[in-house]
Amino acid sequence: MNTTCDVAIVGGGPAGLGAALELSKLGLRRVVVLERFGEAGGIPRHCGHPPFGMREFKRVLSGPAYARRLVQAAEDAGVEIRTDTTVTAIRPGGVLELATTAGAQTLTARRVLIATGNRERTRAQLLAPGVRPVGVMNTGALQSMVYLEGKRPFSRPVIVGTEIVALSALLTCRRHGIKPVAMVETRDRPQTRRIDMMLARLMGVPVLAGAEILAIEGRPRVEALRLRHKGEERRLDCDGIVFSGRFTPEATVARQSDLALDAGTLGPEIDADGRSSDPQVFVAGNVLHPVETAGHCWAEGRRAAQTIFRDLRKTPKLGAGARIVPGAGLRYVVPQRLGAGSAATLNIRTDGAVRGRVVLSDASGRELAARSVRSYPEQPVRLSVPALDSAALAGDLTLRLDRKD
Amino acid sequence: MADFSAEMDVAIIGAGVVGCAMARRFALEGARVCVLEAAPDILSGASKANSAILHTGFDAPPGSLELSCMQDAYDEYMEIREAMNLPVLETGAMVAAWTEDEEARLPDLLAQAQGNGVTDTRIISRDEALAREPALAGHVRGALLVPREHVIDPWSAPLAYATQAKALGAEFRFNAPLTGARRDGDTWQLETGAGSLMAKTVVNCAGLYGDKVEEILTGTPSFEIRPRKGQFVVFDKAASQHLRTILLPVPNERTKGVVLTRTAFGNLLVGPTAEEQEARDRPDVTTPELEMLISKAVELVPALQDMPVTAVYAGLRPASERKEYRVHADADLGYYCAGGIRSTGLTAALGIARHVFALWSESHSLAWSKPNDSMAPSMPNLAEHLPRDYQIPGHDGIVCHCEMVTAREIRAAFDSQLPPGDFGGLRRRTRCAMGRCQGFNCLGRIASLAEGKLRTPILPEDAS
Ligand SMILES: Cc1cc2nc3c(=O)[nH]c(=O)nc-3n(C[C@H](O)[C@H](O)[C@H](O)COP(=O)(O)OP(=O)(O)OC[C@H]3O[C@@H](n4cnc5c(N)ncnc54)[C@H](O)[C@@H]3O)c2cc1C
Ligand SMILES: Cc1cc2nc3c(=O)[nH]c(=O)nc-3n(C[C@H](O)[C@H](O)[C@H](O)COP(=O)(O)OP(=O)(O)OC[C@H]3O[C@@H](n4cnc5c(N)ncnc54)[C@H](O)[C@@H]3O)c2cc1C
Repeated sequence: MNTTCDVAIVGGGPAGLGAALELSKLGLRRVVVLERFGEAGGIPRHCGHPPFGMREFKRVLSGPAYARRLVQAAEDAGVEIRTDTTVTAIRPGGVLELATTAGAQTLTARRVLIATGNRERTRAQLLAPGVRPVGVMNTGALQSMVYLEGKRPFSRPVIVGTEIVALSALLTCRRHGIKPVAMVETRDRPQTRRIDMMLARLMGVPVLAGAEILAIEGRPRVEALRLRHKGEERRLDCDGIVFSGRFTPEATVARQSDLALDAGTLGPEIDADGRSSDPQVFVAGNVLHPVETAGHCWAEGRRAAQTIFRDLRKTPKLGAGARIVPGAGLRYVVPQRLGAGSAATLNIRTDGAVRGRVVLSDASGRELAARSVRSYPEQPVRLSVPALDSAALAGDLTLRLDRKD
Repeated sequence: MADFSAEMDVAIIGAGVVGCAMARRFALEGARVCVLEAAPDILSGASKANSAILHTGFDAPPGSLELSCMQDAYDEYMEIREAMNLPVLETGAMVAAWTEDEEARLPDLLAQAQGNGVTDTRIISRDEALAREPALAGHVRGALLVPREHVIDPWSAPLAYATQAKALGAEFRFNAPLTGARRDGDTWQLETGAGSLMAKTVVNCAGLYGDKVEEILTGTPSFEIRPRKGQFVVFDKAASQHLRTILLPVPNERTKGVVLTRTAFGNLLVGPTAEEQEARDRPDVTTPELEMLISKAVELVPALQDMPVTAVYAGLRPASERKEYRVHADADLGYYCAGGIRSTGLTAALGIARHVFALWSESHSLAWSKPNDSMAPSMPNLAEHLPRDYQIPGHDGIVCHCEMVTAREIRAAFDSQLPPGDFGGLRRRTRCAMGRCQGFNCLGRIASLAEGKLRTPILPEDAS
């Protein structure tokens, strides 16, 4: 087995596989995808519902079918996919430490792409109160149970959260004869567009926004979720609780490799090329920005591949550039650094729904880019920034939100 | 209902750490032992959630039974642990002083420690404290260093005791709460939720229900359990690089304060709280207290700001209306009690078991013959600082990626002498789903591997 390669890709989801395919198409021979599971494909492997694949394959696919096509396309192009291979750390110089079924191994790559995706926050991370019965899980666990293992973990769950993935949880339930008791949102309004919440209405699932969770009840299994809603205490009898959304990057590898992390995303910090604080290491996909669609991550992987391909001809080095400091009302911005030379698109997330303008300006106060926003809470906001001159990059850039609501 | 016709020498009520150590001790002395446990698995009560510190007894009440049990147990643990492959994370501890007041109390603590025979303790300056632990907040004023206060695996140790007892012939009955008892001459007739049992001697190791079990056995309990809850926050493994030494607070009259410590599994832990409550079966976590613990941790080690949380949990201490252990014997009745083992039982269990056996021996001339072989089991290692199964070729895949648990380890747990009885038991034996993602990635696979193998299943009965 090779112990060196041109590009090692950590994670075989849409971003990683999109990048691998693109690198092969550009003519690179030694591209290796490292995937910790027995099968590559990433999260879509257990999203048993459409729509996936519009951008990539010009047709509507279910998640598993989409994942299989991504894998097939990469393999057909000559990409080596090593499954059951966990990257435990990336050392300077492009040295990857691997845990495999044959024990510890290393792989040295000229460039590395981290595409490890994201996951939902657990009840523990949300500090949700109560006892700890069996039957509390994230949407990801629910989906891996029903789609990958053919098991039904409960029949009357409460779904906590109303981000788009909560609708994925609803669809999963509907397909498997599971009847959710309610959707509970602790923030003051549903986190998706109103039209998206129609699905809950169609399924006859009440949505309780602005609720405070008082306690998870039951032993050994979940028996109820107690909460306060509109000033009243309520007990929702149920046999499971799904904590959905509140995504957080799967940034373990980045953390263990001492890459700089961003306090807003909790994922690795990058420049406009997708380069991390290690000049040989690039990043793409949802490990950067909780959360975007599979299609977005795939496209981002392809772009990263093109950058890496060009970079292979040079000596890897960190670009000079300025840091973007997000102001009040802005949860994060990706990339976190901008350099001179080429235009970029900022991926911005606001805290909750907003109306107003986002403005990027330089240290002297000069406006570099701006746009109006009218977003629902978890909506991605994109801001195009033209190529900047060195004067603009002399100090920190600020990104501010001028609210009009 | 099953009738356990053979008469036992000793029935042990409760399979917490104390009951497991008790079963091991009596089995090693040659007794026919049966353990009755109300829950589907061992370690389902107080013993499932603690700080996992192996105490030296430096701050225990001088001359107390608690102190002697802890110190006997410490020595015994160190003696047996290699053969049983049980880890010790050699951290040492620092009782850190953060105020002038606290600093002024260090000499008294030192004197108590020395008096308790923990003679390697010493007071260190602010500079030495910071040199040892550079991530400590700058306002530390000094500390009492306790070099032999260490961290252990709080589940593998009692599981090893129980496994050894089982290998020596002890029986374990699960889902078998003691519900009634009658003394017939020199024999107990015990009723459980799963059949009856005869035994000459009963040892009460029922933890949070010690008084209730005593009431069943003697009619009138001599003590009252008053549960005291302790909540914890477990930080991501990345946090453990910031602290090597266990950080203890200077105890004061009102509270014992919170501890910051590494775990054997490579995480960093902050807790516990101390909250009196009535309920014996409600180890609830509560958001404000968890937030308080996190901010306390950040106050002591500022680098923990924004550190991701991996898990939260709470344990109930089987405290009683008095501070000391409630250990007593009625030889005529064949009744022995190891109750009220409040906050040092993980450490002291081996010593408590020796002490209770000594009490028993006082009034019995030994009729049992000791086994030739001690049947000490070698436990699977779960500690992060020692080689783990995933590093050994041929494990056919990692199931839980956060804790790097292999399919081989999960199968081994099911094939072991004391297989897990519920999901919690599987987690404690292998660490699966105990990590960052808490099952986001692996719960489905684990549910399949565990299907049909747990007394309390992960999936509801109509699951497929
Ligand atoms: C429950 C859930 C439902 C979703 N539903 C939808 C949906 O319906 N439509 C949609 O468009 N998006 C959905 N998403 C968003 C999803 O994140 C994206 O679709 C997409 O999968 C992101 O692609 P990615 O390549 O960045 O990451 P992922 O798909 O998460 O892939 C990352 C891969 O990296 C691997 N990996 C991680 N760490 C390591 C390591 N150390 N070593 C080796 N391999 C590693 C993982 O095993 C995984 O295969 C959903 C997300 C979740 C959590
Ligand atoms: C927050 C906290 C932190 C701690 N930190 C430490 C530490 O760092 N170091 C240390 O040494 N100690 C520590 N401890 C103390 C230690 O955990 C306890 O002393 C110990 O677990 C008590 O064990 P036990 O066997 O007496 O009780 P338990 O573990 O409660 O066991 C009693 C068992 O009896 C069973 N039972 C009850 N009623 C019946 C019945 N009628 N019939 C049959 N079975 C029954 C229960 O199901 C249970 O399994 C801590 C405790 C807590 C709560």
